[in-house]
Amino acid sequence: MSGAVSAGFDRLRTLTPARVRLDAGAGPVPLGALLDFHEAHAAARDAIRARPDWDALAAALAPLATIRVQSRAVERSVYLRRPDLGRRLAEPVDLPHTGCPLVVVVGDGLSAPALAHAAPVIAALRAALPELDATPVILAEGARVALGDDIAERMGAAMCLMLIGERPGLSVSDSLGAYLTADPVPGTRDSARNCVSNIHRTGGLSPEAAAARIAWLIGAARRLGRTGVALKDESGTAPALGQA
Amino acid sequence: MPRYCAIAGGERFAFDSLARLLAAATPERSGDQLAGIAAQSATERVAARRALADLPLAEFLTEAVVPYEADEVTRLILDSHDRAAFAPFAAMTVGDFRDWLLSPAAHAKRLAAAAPGLTPEMVAAVSKIMRNQDLIRVARKVEVVTAFRNTIGKAGTLSTRLQPNHPADDVCGIAVSTLDGLLFGAGDAVIGINPASDNLANCAGLLAALDEMVTALAIPTQTCVLTHVTNALRLIEGGAPVDLIFQSVAGTEAANEGFGVSLSILAEAHAAGRSLGRGTVGDNLMYFETGQGAALSAEAHHGVDQQTLEARAYGVARAFRPLLVNTVVGFIGPEYLFDGKQIIRAGLEDHFCGKLLGLPMGVDVCYTNHVEADQDDMDVLMTLLTRAGVTFLITVPGADDVMLGYQSLAFEDIGYLREVTGLRPAPEFEMWLARTGLAQGAAALPDPEALGRRMGIVA
Repeated sequence: MSGAVSAGFDRLRTLTPARVRLDAGAGPVPLGALLDFHEAHAAARDAIRARPDWDALAAALAPLATIRVQSRAVERSVYLRRPDLGRRLAEPVDLPHTGCPLVVVVGDGLSAPALAHAAPVIAALRAALPELDATPVILAEGARVALGDDIAERMGAAMCLMLIGERPGLSVSDSLGAYLTADPVPGTRDSARNCVSNIHRTGGLSPEAAAARIAWLIGAARRLGRTGVALKDESGTAPALGQA
Repeated sequence: MPRYCAIAGGERFAFDSLARLLAAATPERSGDQLAGIAAQSATERVAARRALADLPLAEFLTEAVVPYEADEVTRLILDSHDRAAFAPFAAMTVGDFRDWLLSPAAHAKRLAAAAPGLTPEMVAAVSKIMRNQDLIRVARKVEVVTAFRNTIGKAGTLSTRLQPNHPADDVCGIAVSTLDGLLFGAGDAVIGINPASDNLANCAGLLAALDEMVTALAIPTQTCVLTHVTNALRLIEGGAPVDLIFQSVAGTEAANEGFGVSLSILAEAHAAGRSLGRGTVGDNLMYFETGQGAALSAEAHHGVDQQTLEARAYGVARAFRPLLVNTVVGFIGPEYLFDGKQIIRAGLEDHFCGKLLGLPMGVDVCYTNHVEADQDDMDVLMTLLTRAGVTFLITVPGADDVMLGYQSLAFEDIGYLREVTGLRPAPEFEMWLARTGLAQGAAALPDPEALGRRMGIVA
């Protein structure tokens, strides 16, 4: 290819984050690109295996009180095979029955590095929702989204906000997701939750913007009396929908 | 009194239903273990296979794994069963059927004639007593040809879906990925986008952009925005240029309900698509995706193993004469298929079952980052599948889908497969590549930038 053509295609590359090559001299993948791919996959794999630094998170959340709990699937090999165990608390567990309007749970999910964004989200939420200060934040290890239902039911909470590490992709391995559930009880269907996803600082939703959207959803859920498909996110752009 | 039993390792094992027998005979996989229906030991699995091998094929016509009264997929399978096509197999056991499939008597013509007489449960059952090489050996004998704007599935061809997804559905970004794929000769099965947003105006915009691109360059292929079938109906009503109608489907009525579809909705969409008459060389226009574990994920599995339910999803698909069907085999997660070994096995099973039922079967050779698999496993599966005669494979730039966050095959992988197998694209598309100067890659293309300009994307 001529230099001029390559330069034109270089500009095209900036139009998508996809790994386009635009150089179909069509040989095998160049070694540099192959190693870049391996590096991205390694980051994702390491993020999935990493253990969260709960002490650091508790310190970042202070002066809010925190309580640590575990699911029945703390071991990664069990967690990956048994989503059902990641939705249930390991006994014994001692959670205060507070009857609070909203409990915030931070779960590791599939990415411990994503939890770095949890404290900024909660800090921004506190400004909008002062009642949060009265309820401890629950730090849950080995958590699936629905573990929040078990936690909220035991605490008598009217609503649960689960902040959880999302499955790492090759481009971002520290993305946090937020799931809001009204009247949470074990067995709640995912269609009864609202989700704000893609919370991270590399081209995603910033923790502050995410908190604004979550606060809007909490207010709308309280007016509507429920969360899920009946509650449409009209706070901004539509959330991304994946392949069925 | 248990209905099915056999001895293995000196021990007698009993199975009290056909569903339990099928589940116990299935190669080990995490989804059946999660559902609590997998064999309890390797020896029990062998006993189940012995019992299955002795089972008359006709048993599947009287014993439904999901009740007839409760499930429209079961009703579809049994009510549309072709007894005349089944006649040559009516006296066979599952084991006899396996032997016949591997024999020279089972050639392309006879296999095609047999398809309407075979139920999904029959082909799932026989796959459970076949090795990987058996699945390849039989599937490659089946020829399923479909057509819309080109002809898919002829012997000696391998087609590709070009999947130019973009995290924000940016039309220019999608065009750049599409150009990248065309430079590698990908896209004859379909240029198909998974939209980041199912918003109707967004989907209509993407469809219009794809249609302009394909029309301006006169590419003999079809396009698709993979949104819900009810959205496709609305888009057709609104006059959008809909070539293929997409839907994810599963093997039980309840699981399909979880997808928000029923057989009647699919029939309505099929009719709406056909009314547009956009195909030039054929009128196959449905595009279905499936994947083992979908029914369990929707808590709609009725105690049936995920591979048998996957084959039942093909029973749904074949009622609508699709242009394309593919399993998203490694996408659904480690709780269903744990590692590369399970993904490879499932990919070969899905392809075999789909082909035997008469479907134009493709595979998304893929994995997510929480599965114990990597690109080496994908190399193995794609190489085996091309030997098995897979209809099409999915390709994305650099194997990295930046919208869905998983890894599929790269455009370069198709170059590798064409080199080691000699397989070629669909004939009409191959002629277009030659006309455009892409037949030997961009080296033969006098002015690649002009191609980009015609797609409206030169910066």
